[in-house]
Amino acid sequence: MNNLFVYCEIEDGIIADVSLELLTKGRSLANQLNCKLEALVIGSNLDGVEKQIFPYGADTVYLVDDKRLYPYTSQPHASVLINLFKEKKPQICLMGATSIGRDLGPRVSSALHSGLTADCTALEIGSHEDKKAGKSYENLLYQIRPAFGGNIVATIVNPECRPQMATVREGVMKKEIVSPTYKGEVVKLDASKYVSDTDFVVSVIERQIEKSKINIKSAPIIVAGGYGVGSKENFKLLYDLAATIGAEVGASRAAVDAGYAEHERQIGQTGVTVRPKLYIACGISGQIQHIAGMQDSSMIIAINNDPNAPINTIADYVITGTVEDILPKMIKYYKKNSK
Amino acid sequence: MSLKIIVLAKQVPDTRNVGKDAMKADGTVNRAALPAIFNPEDLNALEQALQLKEQYPGSTVSLLTMGPPRAADIIREGLFRGTDGGVLLTDRAFAGADTLATSYALACAVKKMKDYDIIIGGRQAIDGDTAQVGPQVAEKLGLPQITYAEKILKVQDGKIQVKRRLERGVEVVEAKYPVVITVNGSADDCRPRNAKLIQRYKYAKTISERQNQDNDYFSNLYENRPYLNLTEWSVSDVDADLDQVGLAGSPTKVKQIENVVFQAKESKKLSGNDTEIDELMKELIVNHTIG
Ligand SMILES: Cc1cc2nc3c(=O)[nH]c(=O)nc-3n(C[C@H](O)[C@H](O)[C@H](O)COP(=O)(O)OP(=O)(O)OC[C@H]3O[C@@H](n4cnc5c(N)ncnc54)[C@H](O)[C@@H]3O)c2cc1C
Ligand SMILES: Cc1cc2nc3c(=O)[nH]c(=O)nc-3n(C[C@H](O)[C@H](O)[C@H](O)COP(=O)(O)OP(=O)(O)OC[C@H]3O[C@@H](n4cnc5c(N)ncnc54)[C@H](O)[C@@H]3O)c2cc1C
Repeated sequence: MNNLFVYCEIEDGIIADVSLELLTKGRSLANQLNCKLEALVIGSNLDGVEKQIFPYGADTVYLVDDKRLYPYTSQPHASVLINLFKEKKPQICLMGATSIGRDLGPRVSSALHSGLTADCTALEIGSHEDKKAGKSYENLLYQIRPAFGGNIVATIVNPECRPQMATVREGVMKKEIVSPTYKGEVVKLDASKYVSDTDFVVSVIERQIEKSKINIKSAPIIVAGGYGVGSKENFKLLYDLAATIGAEVGASRAAVDAGYAEHERQIGQTGVTVRPKLYIACGISGQIQHIAGMQDSSMIIAINNDPNAPINTIADYVITGTVEDILPKMIKYYKKNSK
Repeated sequence: MSLKIIVLAKQVPDTRNVGKDAMKADGTVNRAALPAIFNPEDLNALEQALQLKEQYPGSTVSLLTMGPPRAADIIREGLFRGTDGGVLLTDRAFAGADTLATSYALACAVKKMKDYDIIIGGRQAIDGDTAQVGPQVAEKLGLPQITYAEKILKVQDGKIQVKRRLERGVEVVEAKYPVVITVNGSADDCRPRNAKLIQRYKYAKTISERQNQDNDYFSNLYENRPYLNLTEWSVSDVDADLDQVGLAGSPTKVKQIENVVFQAKESKKLSGNDTEIDELMKELIVNHTIG
C-alpha cells in the first residue's frame, strides 16, 4: 500500500512539535487519499514513544532503536529512510524543515531520485495535467511554498517520482489530537537491516542543545517589535506591556539581527508562524517575509510613526505614533482598569 | 599537509530587490531582469576555504559554478579574493533544473575535477531558498556531509572538525575527508577583493566571453598569460546523462506561480492621543481580547 510517512524527530524522549503538526496534516491528507498514516522514529531508548504519536492518528509507528542512532547524524538516518522506502514504497513523506529535516530530506531524495520541496506553507491534494506529454495525474500532493525571498508563492508537484517529499517549518501546520485512544500498530525494525557500519562516518564530539524556553507559537497575545523600536533598552517597554496583559514578545528579523531580541522570537518566513488572537506590531514596517508569519492573527494592531507603513494595510487598528509614546499609555490604562 | 578544496558558488538574482518582471509566464525565473550577485552564504563558504589555504600552505581552492555564461563573474569574484581558478558549468541543457538535477550536474563536474579533499558551499541560495543542493551533491558523490557549519576548527590526520550552528544550539562534529560542507551566514564574513588580484585577473575570461574580443592584442594576452583562460564545461565535457539534467532530469515541476499580494483590511485609524488609546484598551478588555 502506498501510504503517507512522517519522519518524527525526537529530543530527550520527546517528539518534536513540528512532527506532531505534520502528523495532524498527514492524517487529513491520508483520509483524503484513503491510505494509512505511518510514523517513523529513529533513535535510542524509544520504548513507549508511540504513546505520544498515536493520539495524532498514526496507523503504524515504526521504531528503529539503536544507541548509535542518537544523536542524529546524516547517513545512518538517511539509510533507514532509503531502505525502508524501497521496501514500503510510500507515496508521500513529510518532515520538519528543521536543521535535521533539511539535512536528511535532500540526502534521501537524492538517493531515491524523488522530488523534494522545501519549506512548504500549505499541502493539498489535487490533479495535474502535463499538456506537453499529454498526461494527466490524479491525487498528487500540491506542495505550496514561498520562494524568491518571499516575493512569490509556487505550487510544486512531483508527477512521476515517489515518494513525493516535502519539508514544513515548525508552527506552520496546526497540531490537533484526533483521539486520545486512537489505536495503531507498533512495528519494531531491526536497525542492522537498514544501516551499515560504514554509515557511521561523522561523529558528534560535543553537543549543546537548549530546550526552547520561549514559546511564542502558542501565545494567545503577541507584542512584537521591529527595528523601529530603536534599541534593546526600548524593547523593555514591550516586555512591560507583555507582562501586564499576559502576552509573549515577538520580533522581526531586523530586530533580531540588530540584537534587540533572541532568534527564537523571530516571526515570519524564516522564523515561526503565529496565529494569536491579538498581535501588536510595534515599529515593524510589514515586509512580505514578516507578514507571512503573522497574517492569520485574529486581530492586528499596528503602532508605527509612518502612516503609510505597509503593515497598516493588514491591521485592524492603525495607531500613528511612536512606540515610546504609545506603549506606556497602554500599560497605564490597563494597570488602572483591569482589577 | 595541503588540501584540495572546491567551493560551490551560485550566481543569484538579488531577491532583496525584486521587481514585477522577475518571473516568466512558464513559471521559471527571468534572471535577465534582476541584478546578479554572489550568493551571500557562498561568500561565507569561500572565506572558510581561503582560511584553510592560508593555514595549510600548498593548498588550492577552485570554484565551481553552474549557470548562464555571465556566471563567469562568480569565478572572477573568487579569483579577486584569492582562489586559484574555477570552472563554469554552462549549457542550455542545464536550464530549468530543480535541486536534484542541479546536484547531479555539479557532482559530474566535481568528478571531472578529480582531486578533492573538501567540497564547500553555502547553506542555502537566496533565490530557491531550499538548502538542498549541498546534501544532494554529497549523496551523489557518496561522501559524508556536514551542514550548517559555522567554523572549521581543525584538519588533522585525514579528519576534519567542524562547529555547526543549529536552531537551538551548537554541535562539534568530526569526519574523515573527503567531505561536503555547507556554511551558514553566521560564519566569518568574506574578505574583500584584493586590489592586486583585481589587476591580475580583470581580463580573465571564458572562451565564449572572448569571442567578442577577437583582436590581436587580446589573443596574445590569453596565449602569454594562460591563467586568464577560464575553464568552461558543457554537458558532454562532464559526461553527464542528458536525461538527468535540466528540466528533463527534474522530478519536481512548478505547476503555478503567484505573486504575493495581501488582502488589505478596513482599519480604524488612531492618532495615539490619550483618549483614543484609553478607548481602544477599554474595548479590548470588554470584548475579552485581553485580560
Ligand atoms: C529570504 C528572507 C527571509 C526573511 N525572513 C524574515 C522573517 O522571517 N521575519 C522578518 O521579520 N523579516 C524577514 N526578512 C526581512 C524582511 O524583509 C524585513 O527586512 C524585516 O521584516 C524588516 O523588519 P522591521 O519591519 O523591523 O524593520 P524596518 O523595515 O526597518 O521597519 C522599521 C519600522 O519602524 C518604524 N519606526 C521607526 N521608528 C519608530 C518609532 N520610534 N516608533 C514606531 N515606529 C517606528 C518605521 O516607520 C518602519 O516602518 C526576510 C528577508 C529575506 C530576504
Ligand atoms: C519558485 C521556485 C521554487 C522552487 N522550489 C524548489 C523545490 O522546492 N525543490 C527543488 O528541488 N527545487 C526547487 N526549485 C529549483 C531550485 O531553486 C533550483 O534547482 C536551484 O538552481 C537550486 O536550488 P537552490 O537555489 O534552492 O539552492 P540551495 O540548495 O539553496 O543552494 C545551496 C548551495 O548549493 C550550492 N549551489 C546551488 N546551486 C548552485 C549552482 N548552480 N552552482 C554552484 N553551486 C550551487 C551553493 O553553494 C549554494 O549555497 C524552485 C525554483 C523556483 C523558481
